[in-house]
Amino acid sequence: MPQAESTGNPYLKLAGVRKTFGRFTALEEIALAIDRGELVTFLGPSGCGKTTLLRIIAGLETQDRGVIVQDGRDISRLPAIDRDYGIVFQSYALFPNLTIFDNVAYGLVNRRKGQDEIKRRVVELLKLIGLPNEAPKYPGQLSGGQQQRIALARALAMAPGLLLLDEPLSALDALERLRLRGEIRSLQRRLGVTTIMVTHDQEEALSMADRVVVMNRGSIEQIGTPQQIYREPASAFVADFVGKVNVLSAVAEGAGRFRIGNLVLDCASCDAGIAPGTAVKLYLRPEDVVVDGAATLPNRARSQVTKIEFLGAFCLVTVTVSGAEGQPLLINISRHDTDEMALSEGSTLDVALPPECMRVLA
Amino acid sequence: MSTVLAPAAITGHRIRPLAHWHDRLGQGLLVAVCAVLVVFLLAPLFMILVKSVEDRNGAFVGLLQFREYLATPSLRQSISNTVWVALAVTAITIPLAFTFAYALTRSCMPGKGMFRVIALTPILAPSLLSAISFIQWFGNQGVLKALLGGKQVYGPLGIIISSVYATFPHALMIVLTALLLADGRLYEAAESLGTRTLRKFLTITLPGAKYGLVSAAMVVFSYTVSDFGIPKIIGGNFNVLAVDIYKQVIGQQNFNRGAVVSLLLLLPVVFAFVVDWIMQGKQQSQFSARAVPYAPKPKTWFDTLMFAYCVVVCLLLLAVLGMAIYTSFIKLWPYDKSFSLRHYTFGLVDGGVIVSFFNSLKMALLTAVVGTMLIFGAAYLVEKTRGMNTLRALFRLLAAIPMAVPGMVLGLGYILFFNHPDNPLNWLYHGMTILVLSTIIHYYTSSHLTAVTALKALDNEFEAVSASLKVPFYKTFFRVTVPVCLPAILDIGRYLFVNAMVTISAVVFLYSPQTQLASVAILSLDEAGEIGPAAAMATLIVAASTTVCILYAVITRLLLARTQAWRKPVTR
Repeated sequence: MPQAESTGNPYLKLAGVRKTFGRFTALEEIALAIDRGELVTFLGPSGCGKTTLLRIIAGLETQDRGVIVQDGRDISRLPAIDRDYGIVFQSYALFPNLTIFDNVAYGLVNRRKGQDEIKRRVVELLKLIGLPNEAPKYPGQLSGGQQQRIALARALAMAPGLLLLDEPLSALDALERLRLRGEIRSLQRRLGVTTIMVTHDQEEALSMADRVVVMNRGSIEQIGTPQQIYREPASAFVADFVGKVNVLSAVAEGAGRFRIGNLVLDCASCDAGIAPGTAVKLYLRPEDVVVDGAATLPNRARSQVTKIEFLGAFCLVTVTVSGAEGQPLLINISRHDTDEMALSEGSTLDVALPPECMRVLA
Repeated sequence: MSTVLAPAAITGHRIRPLAHWHDRLGQGLLVAVCAVLVVFLLAPLFMILVKSVEDRNGAFVGLLQFREYLATPSLRQSISNTVWVALAVTAITIPLAFTFAYALTRSCMPGKGMFRVIALTPILAPSLLSAISFIQWFGNQGVLKALLGGKQVYGPLGIIISSVYATFPHALMIVLTALLLADGRLYEAAESLGTRTLRKFLTITLPGAKYGLVSAAMVVFSYTVSDFGIPKIIGGNFNVLAVDIYKQVIGQQNFNRGAVVSLLLLLPVVFAFVVDWIMQGKQQSQFSARAVPYAPKPKTWFDTLMFAYCVVVCLLLLAVLGMAIYTSFIKLWPYDKSFSLRHYTFGLVDGGVIVSFFNSLKMALLTAVVGTMLIFGAAYLVEKTRGMNTLRALFRLLAAIPMAVPGMVLGLGYILFFNHPDNPLNWLYHGMTILVLSTIIHYYTSSHLTAVTALKALDNEFEAVSASLKVPFYKTFFRVTVPVCLPAILDIGRYLFVNAMVTISAVVFLYSPQTQLASVAILSLDEAGEIGPAAAMATLIVAASTTVCILYAVITRLLLARTQAWRKPVTR
């Protein structure tokens, strides 16, 4: 199980990193520690500074302030060429006039390695990414997913200590993206290379990462395992941005009780001494709402179905909870259950909002 | 998250990245190319400014020179002459070129490729050629003199028709590009709404080509205002600014007066340049990447009409070129029209004038080779290296200036700057080097834009990837950038060669007896009444330029077939 906090001896450490473009503050006080062999994703909406941060780590941009230490070496001021990393861009940036072989061998040739050694290494890399027979072709003759694999092989060719992936999958179609996701992850595990991947796709971030760094407006909102990010979002932004969530306006009544309209909910676990009368937001994932056997559970209520959206394996059901009519509630119900309960628009439904799944954020 | 790093390192001053020597090399080269443009463009222009407010002895006289100039009626006349002739040429050339481009893009007539090639032939000839040719057709002993009904071709009429011929291909290329960019989906949408043809033309075609038309008009206007060869040969006593500069500088050795006229000549050209610049910016946002090319449908009467128009225009263009070539191969116009090579053998070779043709060849080759390396290399440094952003912005500005500087102005600036006894670069004056450099600078802007367009089409991250693989940028430049941009590089080389062969305005001030050029030789042969040898020299220039263009086409095709297999993706 990956850890939320870095161990005492991180491979890459950032402290106080700040970057402005003119008046625009792209990054503010970024502090981060990444362990050897970890895969960390930078997740956030466009413009949140995640790519800028990656480029600063790569030495392609220079931070205004702050320190970056890689493997015990202060690289804060080093030019890109003196740092130790391989990088894959969204556009692949394969050299179009060179064969796949020459692309992968590009850095090796410059190291003045022997022909045999270069050849052995390229063959090994192409086998590693599952494209052993494409060496004589040109990038333009390969599919997007294949080109991305070649870019990965090229980035790994020099056996870098750090692998940087800048939105590597976003130019691919959905199926190819899913396949490559798994491939990159298993390759990274096998090689044990410390990896940072920038993405705006939460599913990608959650499924691939050991730890996720959620960013917003140039700051880090939360660092944690995918589980933590999803189940215990540290801020309203994280809860909103990662996954679907019901946001219910409520008023604290003290002693772990919250009022929504005429409905009073118990949530002792999330009452961190909020003063009675404080307006708060209750967060609850659609899949955490219980519909099966709700009658015996706490925080139960009667509701009426207003809309059913068919999503394949699941239905997203919108209900109006009696007592809290102004705030529609979204519920994830499996297609199977939807059929079994014969749900349709207008039918009534008993729901329960489990206290252990609720989070209160002011 | 706690860190053990010293707070001073965090809160200290703005981080200054350490520069690798590769970065320093790139930045050093960038400084060098900026220096080249400062010395060979900015400094000469600055000298003109200085001279225009000084008297002959170098004393500051303010605007006195300007007042004196404007007080001379004959000189003042040449300002309005220059402007109205240029306006007339623009008003004639643009509709002609637009109709031609319209025929090439919107009709299904046969022979489009041939029409296009013929329409572009005037580019291969020095502007002097058209003037000579029109003298042969309409001059005192012209074949069609009667057509003019007693009017003289020497003067505004001759200047206008010769300039229309010379500017036609330039306008055509710009308008053609604008029309080719049209989005076929707009026409499909209009058709589905039952829009009439005229309405489609007025609401889709014209607005789409608007910026191209303005741009073409500005190019034609500037060309005519700046051109010196045509009015010199066919202008008679009709004064224009470009010839005035020549007379002041060469005839009267009055450099200060020349500087004043230069600045006046600069005004309309800078105006046209600024208008064009603004339009270019607007045009870029007009077309979406998803535009579908327009595919014309056959329409018998329209296609026939367009075909007839193109045939007439091409015949007229060929008549101009043909007359010059014909003149060079007959004994004595109009008395003895038998075939003869005497203008070449006796007129050029025996007279020793042929040397100037070889000088031109040498100059054009040097310009093409050195110029392409300089221009493409500089564009690469500006677009693809990092750091020194102020210098980068300065360079982009400098690279745009030559388009707005008429050749005569540049040439005069060179005299003033490089002939100055205190200039350490004085030794350049009268050599081949200065001819090459002035020509490179004169044609810098277009070539620079071609290079930038090609470079911008490359992935932005090639340099970043190279750095991550620890490969220096210059290796990637030679291994990736140059091969991928080869078509653009060859195109720049051809453009520089052809223009160097025909240019006259800047170099007319800079040649020495040892470095006389073919275009200058045409001028002096014409002045001496040797119209046969002058036509022969013009024909040689056309032949050389044509050869290079054919070579370019062949080399491009062979090279692309051999080394650029990657350009054609194999369908899987």
